[in-house]
Amino acid sequence: MRLYPLEALAAAVLTAVLTIPILGIDIVVDGPRITLTGEALPVLIAMAAVFVVRLFQEPLKTAIGWVRMDRLLPSPERMTAYRPMILTGLIVMALIWPFTVSRGAVDIATLALIYVMLGLGLNIVVGFAGLLDLGYVAFYAVGAYSYALLAQYFGLSFWTCLPVCVALAALTGCLLGFPVLRLRGDYLAIVTLGFGEIIRLLLNNLDQLTGGPDGIGNIPKPTLFGLEFARRPSQEGGVTFHDFFGLNYSGGDTVIFLFLLALALVLFTLFVINRLIRMPLGRAWEALREDEIACRSLGLNPTVIKLSAFTLGASFAGFAGAFFAARQGFINPESFTFIESAVVLAIVVLGGMGSQLGVILAAIALTVLPEVARQFAEYRMLIFGLVMVLMMIWRPQGLLPAARPRLKLPQ
Amino acid sequence: MSALLAVSGLSMRFGGLLAVDGVSFNVERDQVMAIIGPNGAGKTTVFNCISGFYRPTTGRVVLDGEPIDGLPSHQIARRGLVRTFQNVRLFKNMTVVENLLVSQHIQLVTNLWSGLVKTPGYRSAERHALERAAFWLDKVELLALANREAGNLAYGQQRRLEIARCMITNPKLLLLDEPAAGLNLQETRQLDRLIIELRQAHGVSVLLIEHDMSLVMGISDKVLVMEYGRPIAVGTPAEVRANPEVIRAYLGEA
Repeated sequence: MRLYPLEALAAAVLTAVLTIPILGIDIVVDGPRITLTGEALPVLIAMAAVFVVRLFQEPLKTAIGWVRMDRLLPSPERMTAYRPMILTGLIVMALIWPFTVSRGAVDIATLALIYVMLGLGLNIVVGFAGLLDLGYVAFYAVGAYSYALLAQYFGLSFWTCLPVCVALAALTGCLLGFPVLRLRGDYLAIVTLGFGEIIRLLLNNLDQLTGGPDGIGNIPKPTLFGLEFARRPSQEGGVTFHDFFGLNYSGGDTVIFLFLLALALVLFTLFVINRLIRMPLGRAWEALREDEIACRSLGLNPTVIKLSAFTLGASFAGFAGAFFAARQGFINPESFTFIESAVVLAIVVLGGMGSQLGVILAAIALTVLPEVARQFAEYRMLIFGLVMVLMMIWRPQGLLPAARPRLKLPQ
Repeated sequence: MSALLAVSGLSMRFGGLLAVDGVSFNVERDQVMAIIGPNGAGKTTVFNCISGFYRPTTGRVVLDGEPIDGLPSHQIARRGLVRTFQNVRLFKNMTVVENLLVSQHIQLVTNLWSGLVKTPGYRSAERHALERAAFWLDKVELLALANREAGNLAYGQQRRLEIARCMITNPKLLLLDEPAAGLNLQETRQLDRLIIELRQAHGVSVLLIEHDMSLVMGISDKVLVMEYGRPIAVGTPAEVRANPEVIRAYLGEA
C-alpha cells in the first residue's frame, strides 16, 4: 500500500486557495453596514477531506474496485424474465397503496407518475431513436397550456382537451422536427435547447393570451364520467362524486382520484410504447440509430423515421402536460424551465436508455427522494450531480439497461 | 428492350479532384457486370453516384427507363437499386432476422393504428415478413444463426447477410462493393455460387466492384476497367484480359 503524503499536502493547500473565497469569507450584514469576516472551519473541513482522500488514494481505489454494481443489479437477460412479475407487482401495489397512506404521499406519487410519463416519452426520442433532445419541456408546456387555455377561453373539459393537447404537442414536435432533424448529435441538442427556451419566453411574454408570468389559474380538475370532485358542483345542475355515491365530501378523494388517473395514463403510455417498439417503425428507429447510411441504402427515409420518433415523443409530453395542468389547477412559465428538461433527460439516462422499467424506477427515485430528504434540500443539486458521476463510473448503461424485445424466428 | 441501367457521361468532381471523368456504360437485364481497376480509380465513387449517396457533377443515370440521378438514395433504393458497402454495414446490435425485417420496412405497409391494435392484416404481414426472412436466410446458409446478434457473426457470414438483406427488398439491380474482400478461398467460392444463383433463379442483375480476378472473370458477362477516374476498356472478360491498355494499367509500362 502506497501513501501519497506530499501530493496530499499539495492538494490540501490548493483546496485552501480555491475554497477561501467561497467558503472562508462570510458577509455580515449589520444594519446599513456590511462587513466581511473570515471563517476558518469550512475551509479546514474541505482541506482535511481532500488531504485524507488524496493520502489514501490507492486503498480507496481498490475499495471502489470491489464494489461491482453489475453484481448487485441483475443482468439484462435475467431482467426480461422478471419483467412481467415486477410490473404486475408494481401495478397491484400502486392500486392499493394510495388508500393506506397520507394525502401528501399520494400527491408526491402523482407527481412521480407525471415524470414517469415524461421519461417514457423522452425515452422514445433519446433511447430508441438516439436523438438528443434538450428542449423536451417545450412540448410539456404546449400540452399544459393547451388545456389551460382551452378550458379558460372555451370552457372545454379535461377529457375533450386531452386528445387536442396531444395533437397540438405532436404538431409542435413535427413542426420543430422538420427543419432541425437534418442536424445530428450536439447540434440537434443545441437547437432543441433553444426551442425549449423560445416556448417558455413566448409563454412569459404573450401576456394577453397566457397571462405572462402570472400564469393561468382555476384550471378545472378532471371529472370521472362527468362526476366532479368538489364540495359543490361548479355549474348549475352538475353532479359531484360524493353526492352521486352518497358519501361524505373528503378532499382526499380528489388526490386519490388524480393518482389513479395518472396511473391509468401511465399504463396507457406504457402499452402504446410497448406496441410501438415491436412495430416496424420501432425497428426502424433502432436501425436508424445504428446506421443511417445502411437504412438509406435499403429505402428507409431517415427524415420521416426521425420525425415520427420526435412527433410521438412530443405527443406523450403533451399528454403529461395536460394532466399536469389539470392536477395543479394553476400553471405559469416557471414550471417549464430548462431544469425540467434536464431532470427528464437525467431520468432517461439514469434508468438506462431505451429501458422502460429503468425509466420508471429512475423517475420515481428522482421525484420521491428529494421530497423525502427535505432537510437536505440545499444539497439537492450536489447529490444529484454526485449520483450522476457515480453512475457514469459504475453503471454507464443505466440502472436497468434496456433488454429490447427481440423478434425471434421460430426454429 | 433498353438496358436496365444506363450510365452516360458520369463525372464527379471534389474540389480540384476529378474523381470520375466521363464514365458511360450499360447494364443489361440478367447480366453480371464488373468494374475493376487499381485502388483509387473511382470505382466506389461511381457506385455512390449511381446509388444516390453523391450527386454527380454531370451525367445521366437511367434505371429501367427512368432517370434516377439527383434523387435521394432511399428513393433510388425503392425503385429497385440496392447496394452493399465495402465495409459491411449491418445493424450490429440487432439480430440476424431483425436485419432482414428492417429491410422489408418499405414493403410492410403498416400504419400506426393497425400496429397498435394488432389488426389481422398487421399480424399476417409480420408473419409473411418472417417467412420471407427465413427463406433468404436459408438461401445464404444462415438460418441456424437467425436469432444471433448480427455483430457476432463471422466476417464471411456478415457479408452474406448483407446480400440477403438487399435481396429481400426484391431489387432489379444489385450493386456489390467488393463482396469478396476479406473472404477466404472457400467463402469466395460460396459467394460465386450465390451470385450466379441470384441471377438465374431470382432475375436480378448484378453490378460489382471486385479485386479478386478469378471471381470477376468467372462470373461476369461484361467488365469495365477504370483508371484515374476514366474508363479505359470495356468488354467480355476475355477481351479485357487481352487489352494492352489494361495490361499496362495493371502491370505498368513494359
